[in-house]
Amino acid sequence: MSKLVVSAIGPASSVQDGGRVGAQRYGLTPSGAMDRLALAAANCLAGNALFAPGIEVGPFGVAFTARDGAVRLGLAGAPRNADAAGRGIAWDTSVTLADGETLKLGMARGGSFSYLAIEGGIAGEPMFGSLAVNARAGLGSPYPRPLQAGDELRVAAASSAAERRIDLPAAAGGPIRVVMGPQDDEFARDEIDLFLGSEWKISATSDRMGYRLEGPVTRHLHGHNIVSDGTVNGSIQIPGNGQPIVLMPDRGTSGGYPKIATVITADFGRFAQIPAGTGFRFKAVSMAEAQAEARKFAELLRSLPNRLRPIESFDLNIDALQDANVAGAAVSAVDAGTWQIPSPAGALTQDQSGQRPYSKRTRT
Amino acid sequence: MAAPLSPPRLLPSGDSAITVEFSRNIDDAANRRVLALDRRLAREPIAGVTETVPTYRSLLVHYDPTQVDFDALGEKLLELAHQPLPRSEKTRRWRVPVAYGGEHGIDLEDVAKTLRTTPDDIVARHIAGDYRVAMIGFTPGWSYLSGLHESLHLPRRQNPRLLTPAGTISIGGVQTGIQCLAGPSGWHLLGRTPVRTYQLHRDPIFLLEPGDRVSFYVIDAKTFVEQDRAAAGGEIIAELMAA
Repeated sequence: MSKLVVSAIGPASSVQDGGRVGAQRYGLTPSGAMDRLALAAANCLAGNALFAPGIEVGPFGVAFTARDGAVRLGLAGAPRNADAAGRGIAWDTSVTLADGETLKLGMARGGSFSYLAIEGGIAGEPMFGSLAVNARAGLGSPYPRPLQAGDELRVAAASSAAERRIDLPAAAGGPIRVVMGPQDDEFARDEIDLFLGSEWKISATSDRMGYRLEGPVTRHLHGHNIVSDGTVNGSIQIPGNGQPIVLMPDRGTSGGYPKIATVITADFGRFAQIPAGTGFRFKAVSMAEAQAEARKFAELLRSLPNRLRPIESFDLNIDALQDANVAGAAVSAVDAGTWQIPSPAGALTQDQSGQRPYSKRTRT
Repeated sequence: MAAPLSPPRLLPSGDSAITVEFSRNIDDAANRRVLALDRRLAREPIAGVTETVPTYRSLLVHYDPTQVDFDALGEKLLELAHQPLPRSEKTRRWRVPVAYGGEHGIDLEDVAKTLRTTPDDIVARHIAGDYRVAMIGFTPGWSYLSGLHESLHLPRRQNPRLLTPAGTISIGGVQTGIQCLAGPSGWHLLGRTPVRTYQLHRDPIFLLEPGDRVSFYVIDAKTFVEQDRAAAGGEIIAELMAA
């Protein structure tokens, strides 16, 4: 068995998986990854089940070191500069660390959370079928708290599988879609129009329990107290001060503030990735549209294994990377210090020009 | 000669959950219907339903929209909710020990003053109650009990406390409750129980179920310490009464 040692880490990084189902009736929140698609993509790269436990890495830089053997990792989610023992590592790929090698990840760009999946998963003791950290309930394994420097995760020894990259569809833009309710009737039409018509920003005081939104004050028709009822990921509650809080996977299972609307399943991960201070808007959609989008999202998750592509030994073709960048990648293709290959680069391999983003100069 | 049951409201909680709302208020009759629907769904599962969460006045039904859509599920839930309530349900009855007042219940004296009576009288009224677990929520094991005597109804504190002890027994509004983990609370703290309603590595991890009946009895500070130690070691402490 190998170990993955946390060499350096910031706050808000923890082991997460698909979360726990079935104990909300006892007040136990599901927890689990903030961005399920990104966790699933990372797991796919590592050859794991889509919702196997992985490391959810918060916005700041981190470093992990392989000990007692090699460790194979899948990287997905918010892109970062990645460096494995001096080798530049493209995002949305798998990478193997030899014993003693360190993977350094820079700050998240264009998002908040990145996911590090480990081939074979993480050894731990599941509680209600999950290793996901829920610090308030003392749950999570191997550590029932966010990761700290010096923590050691016992992981499987790396296989000799070839490294892969994953072709993800270009990130959807546009407003965050919501279904109105369950308590939109606690708000006047004008207030709902203001809610849907305004630009919002996520406050820096947000966390895995809830994202506080900054924007206009939303007023209630009948006061801000309702008799507590159940909550879901994406419930948008309006407390007494009129500043919305969007409930995230570590939310309380019930709440006593009116919930004006709910973020749709297909947009929840994209919402969770919006960095503090970045403006965005909401858009109301019908239940039929939200459920059609939820089915499409489930289909996308199922399709992930078919989106894996081989990586060949390559040299970097700067021109192709810059083309990829122009083609709409959200990140700069060529960063100071480390190579970055934005995920849509792979799409260019099917380009009619036949030009590949990676030249093979070193192989000839 | 039961009055006809009015249909609950089906409120969308996003694309993967329906709130089946029986009342907007804390309402014992509504809570009974919530728990009855919850039990029916446990007995006769609907394909696609993943989890149910009973609260005072509504049942939150989580589901997988790739298996069943809002309209189809809503129709089935209305059908189930329309069935008459069972005449009697077997419920479990628990007796829960409480150390009242002093350091265990720092608001007991104030509550007595506010209600113009003695702390002993408040305790007598509280242990006279026959309570039902109306819902468990907020944090793991936090059990909201209905059945608080009217003479103990008090508005919540103006300034909620950020940290109240594990095992706190408190009253707030028309409710009383057992709080398992230390955490914030705006309720009036009457005492503490050594009983853990949530404890990892114990079978069962969660002691109480929505619908269970609960009554309280008095223990002294010394007994609290002994029972607290035993509870930390995994003992259940609360007594389960013969049905």
